[in-house]
Amino acid sequence: MRMRILSTTFLASLIMSAAACGDGSSSTESSIIAIDGSSTVFPITAAVAEEFRGTNAAAPVTVGFSGTGGGFKKFCRGETAISNASRPVSTSELEACAQASIGMIELPVAYDGLAVVVNPKNSWATSMTVAELKKLWQPEAQGAIMKWSQIRPGWPDEAISLYGPGVDSGTFDYFTEAVNGKSKASRGDYTSSENDNILVQGVAGDEFALGFMGLAYYEENQGRLTLVAVDDEDPDNGAGPILPSFDTVRNGTYRPLSRPLFIYVNSAELARPEVAQFLDFYLANTSALSKEVGYVSLTDAELELVKARLAARTVGTMFADHAAQSSMSLTELLQGHQ
Amino acid sequence: MSTRASRLAGDRLLQTMSILVLALSLVALAALLYDIWSDGWYRLDWQFITSLPSRRAASAGIYPALVGSLYVLLVTAVLAVPLGIGAAVYLEEYGGGGRFARLIEINIANLAGVPSIIYGLLGLSLFVRAFQMGPSVLAGGSTLALLALPVVILSTREALRTVPMSAREGSYALGATQWQTIWHQVLPSALPGILTGLILAMSRAIGETAPLITIGALAYLDFAPSGLMSPFTVLPIQIYNWVSLPQPAFAENAAAGIIVLLVLLLTLNAVAVVLRDRFQKARQ
Repeated sequence: MRMRILSTTFLASLIMSAAACGDGSSSTESSIIAIDGSSTVFPITAAVAEEFRGTNAAAPVTVGFSGTGGGFKKFCRGETAISNASRPVSTSELEACAQASIGMIELPVAYDGLAVVVNPKNSWATSMTVAELKKLWQPEAQGAIMKWSQIRPGWPDEAISLYGPGVDSGTFDYFTEAVNGKSKASRGDYTSSENDNILVQGVAGDEFALGFMGLAYYEENQGRLTLVAVDDEDPDNGAGPILPSFDTVRNGTYRPLSRPLFIYVNSAELARPEVAQFLDFYLANTSALSKEVGYVSLTDAELELVKARLAARTVGTMFADHAAQSSMSLTELLQGHQ
Repeated sequence: MSTRASRLAGDRLLQTMSILVLALSLVALAALLYDIWSDGWYRLDWQFITSLPSRRAASAGIYPALVGSLYVLLVTAVLAVPLGIGAAVYLEEYGGGGRFARLIEINIANLAGVPSIIYGLLGLSLFVRAFQMGPSVLAGGSTLALLALPVVILSTREALRTVPMSAREGSYALGATQWQTIWHQVLPSALPGILTGLILAMSRAIGETAPLITIGALAYLDFAPSGLMSPFTVLPIQIYNWVSLPQPAFAENAAAGIIVLLVLLLTLNAVAVVLRDRFQKARQ
């Protein structure tokens, strides 16, 4: 008998939801602010959206995480108003958008640091140069650099086990670009996972492991991992090996493994008042919220420049010139592109 | 004599091994359930069920994902069940053993083994773009319906084959047409088997993440889907999202989300089992 009641209620609920399917919902759809893109930027945008829903201006917001590249594909088809990106837009993506006559406003919203981490039992690798990281991670290292002693003489003659994000992640793109000089160029014989928590577990459980991941994952697991200081051998932005921290990422001395995170806005969508309100709200709150979800906030001066960029509706990218990108700080770039 | 003893020994050995294998898989399942339950049970409350996603683990909830999963599953069932059963009836009762039918049969068996992400790509170009559905509940349900169809067709055919030929012949002898025979004799006898197949197909559909992410299902929604054209998210995507966040508190949310998903799955299966038993009793 109880079973019959159960199945009847279930059928009733099915029928009711089927009825609910029938009535259109165009009223909410037209005002939706659709966002997609990088899963790294996702927590910041989702946090802003969460706070935005408490304001008077609240319009429904949807955020996907199909990746920086996947996000731009949708953005350039006009399917989203805002695209999250963990790297600057590429030339080919810019062209695709231009062909669809979609103008994009590039807004840096936070910094992220990439942490190189080892097991707490590891007493030797307290710092590494970018050249040493490259020696270890470049494609030629596959099957060749297998022991710690091969990276620096004097380090243990033990097999090194490597952990890193999967090839579809923006973190992987950025690390390979910064260390190996070419995006996606990497050795393939390492343990990869799209889930950074798996990497944390791997490195925490293996004395001879080394891995890289977002700085936030180190901060949540400080007792289980040890940071490696990174030396880019360029005294102009901090001499010697530098540990990633809120300050060193922010002041640009933790180079090259710190990166700005962006949102790109469809300039035509700014005509919608709810989109404009959402962006004002985003820039007003990104400092506090990005910090809360584990990222490094922009400096106040940089944030003012970003706000001015939005107010002026400056279309296009600051990163078209790759040489300038690697030598200039975000502040310089923002000042140069007002 | 000795051969008989050794044959019996072999018999016992195989029996013991079967029991061991069964016990092993049950223990693994029990360990998994215990682990999930101990991580997530205290996060499970009404607030968790009815809240919107949040960056604070303690106030985050699964409401949009739960409603999204129900909507998508409903669309999947409405599309896959009649189509799947219809296709199986055609192949088994009308199609005969012709070469064309066999070709279709092989293809369906192959489709059942295609990785789900491929269905996602098909759904993206067909439903989302060509049919202009956008990343909606309808597109998601349609994509999962494609994924579920081969399983529904194959299991329905198996069930139809268990109906003895004599039942059909008896029906024809009494003057029934082929359709009357199928509707009044064959389908009711095969229904328990068909329902088992539906349980399998829907269970697979409810746990899918990859094809839905491909077609553009979302990760953050501050409203539950309200219609067929609404954007949506589903429970497995919400769970995946929580598992990959750095803050450990979200792992507990993920465990609680898994419990909700399991309960939903078991409820649906229980309904199907109850229906099956009632049909079986009614036939006897």
